[in-house]
Amino acid sequence: METSQPSRPGDSVIEVTGLHRHYGTGATGYHAVRGVDLTVGRGELFALLGTNGAGKTSAMELIEGLAAPSGGTVRVLGHDPHRERVAVRPRIGIMLQEGGFPGELTVGETGRAWSGLTTGARPVDEALELVGLTHRRDVRVKQLSGGERRRLDLAMALLGRPEVLFLDEPSTGLDPEARAAVWRLVRELRAQGTTVLLTTHYLEEAEELADRLAIMHGGQVVTTGTVAEVIAGRPSRISFELPAFTGTALPPLAGAEVTVDGRKVTVQTAGLQDTLHDLLAWARRHGIALGALDARSASLEEAFLAIASEAAHQPPAPTPAAPTARRRLIGSAR
Amino acid sequence: MTTAAPTATAAATGPRSTVARRLLALGRAEATLLLRNRSALFTALLLPLMLIGGRHGMLKQQADSHPGLDVDSLLITGTIGGILAFVVYYNLTAAYVGRRNELVLKRLRTGEATDVEILAGTAVPSVSLALLMSGVVAAGGVAVLKLGAPVNPLLLAAGVLLSIGTMIALAALTSAFTKTVETAGITTLPVLLVSQFGSGLLIPLETMSDRIADVCRLLPTTPGFQLIRLGWTGSDGSAAATGFGGTWATALPHLVTGAVWLGLALWGAVRYFRWESRR
Repeated sequence: METSQPSRPGDSVIEVTGLHRHYGTGATGYHAVRGVDLTVGRGELFALLGTNGAGKTSAMELIEGLAAPSGGTVRVLGHDPHRERVAVRPRIGIMLQEGGFPGELTVGETGRAWSGLTTGARPVDEALELVGLTHRRDVRVKQLSGGERRRLDLAMALLGRPEVLFLDEPSTGLDPEARAAVWRLVRELRAQGTTVLLTTHYLEEAEELADRLAIMHGGQVVTTGTVAEVIAGRPSRISFELPAFTGTALPPLAGAEVTVDGRKVTVQTAGLQDTLHDLLAWARRHGIALGALDARSASLEEAFLAIASEAAHQPPAPTPAAPTARRRLIGSAR
Repeated sequence: MTTAAPTATAAATGPRSTVARRLLALGRAEATLLLRNRSALFTALLLPLMLIGGRHGMLKQQADSHPGLDVDSLLITGTIGGILAFVVYYNLTAAYVGRRNELVLKRLRTGEATDVEILAGTAVPSVSLALLMSGVVAAGGVAVLKLGAPVNPLLLAAGVLLSIGTMIALAALTSAFTKTVETAGITTLPVLLVSQFGSGLLIPLETMSDRIADVCRLLPTTPGFQLIRLGWTGSDGSAAATGFGGTWATALPHLVTGAVWLGLALWGAVRYFRWESRR
């Protein structure tokens, strides 16, 4: 799943170039999207990640054609999704961040109404079955749980068997089981050739599902690529707690960055295996027990946090990193 | 949840979505919502009919000082005007606000329906109900009050259509200045009062002083209501009743004023309508 197949130029389903979105004008205006470029190939699952207020939903709405961009161009299935919505809408499915279904209608009635608004709609029962809501057919929408409402929203987005699916935070509010089921469903859809663009703030979700992803910050795409590409170059991490008295200093760990906070030690390294070996050999030699030992490869979460904080510090004024205790001797650490 | 294949490639495809299907789907959903909303249903069904008694009393009182006032036909055309105001204007304002605040309008805009279709589809049940009730009241007028057949059915129809169009546009415009469904009772009051008292429904224009009557003829809801009366009785009260041919000359100023107001209301609705609630 991590190997993205670079899509051929003519085969891209979503093409976004130099996208800008302003809200309001003048001093009260807000520049939410500041020059976003991205391309999603046919059958690809692309995840848009970002901190809150990064501009994910603002960008998503422009790509869905719900509003006209302040600058730049969007092409979905070869059309401008805003001006040529008549050509685009019957072929796409959209799931917004928040419901938007009347509380007094039942699940079945909601499905029937959407079916009348959708070209080539599948039977309502089939759509409800996809998301496991068949047994809630006669229940009013206002009585559904938050997670059930998300699933109804997804069912309505899937009603027209869309070629392109837009999911804005699809699994927010779902319990772990329902989330796993939604992931399974999204994977099946992708396996059948549906192109998916989703936003999420669950990094696990992007790691699990996405062929490629982009991390947004401050209205811009800060980094993009496959999960492997985005993680590449990010250090692995080892953390442990030293006993109160060790009587000896930590060994030199080549190429690693060691941070000591009281008895807690964090080691960042590009060569996890070698560093871990050196550390464990040292501990055995001196009979030291490393408490709460944890070693992990670079994850998207760490990459994300690092990228977000770098991006947050870079554009305005590069502030010097706060001095941290590095490479200190154990004895002087307390 | 099921792991059944989502069948994106299944051969079976549903029918194409057309304007008629979309209006029907939206109208059906909105009708279901209206039937489940007791207070909206009360306002729509009972209020205009409950006002018949008061309307009759007021007209009768004025007939005492203005002999020759045709109380029966004024009662029927006035009740129809009341139905259009309460069932279409008031009810639809609340419906637009409700759907907007539930983010239904925003969600609908992600689909294939156009903006005009969404607003028109939402209006389908209110308009249908108003037409049905007006039909019943008109039939009652013929059967019970022995009113004659309409003198100019074309003008009568024009008056009904003009009124409905203006009411829908005014409802969309009013919804933009209404925060919640509950406050719609207050924000709709100016138009409701003006349409009932100033457009000849409760106080016929011919009983007013000339200057006030002239001002009232320029109000947004007056032309539609006066056309309904003119089309049915052959007179808008400013002159003696004429036949089919004679009504056109009287109708012309109402048609012009009505078209201007409809245009203004539509412009305002397009300019100010809000598709999502501000948070």
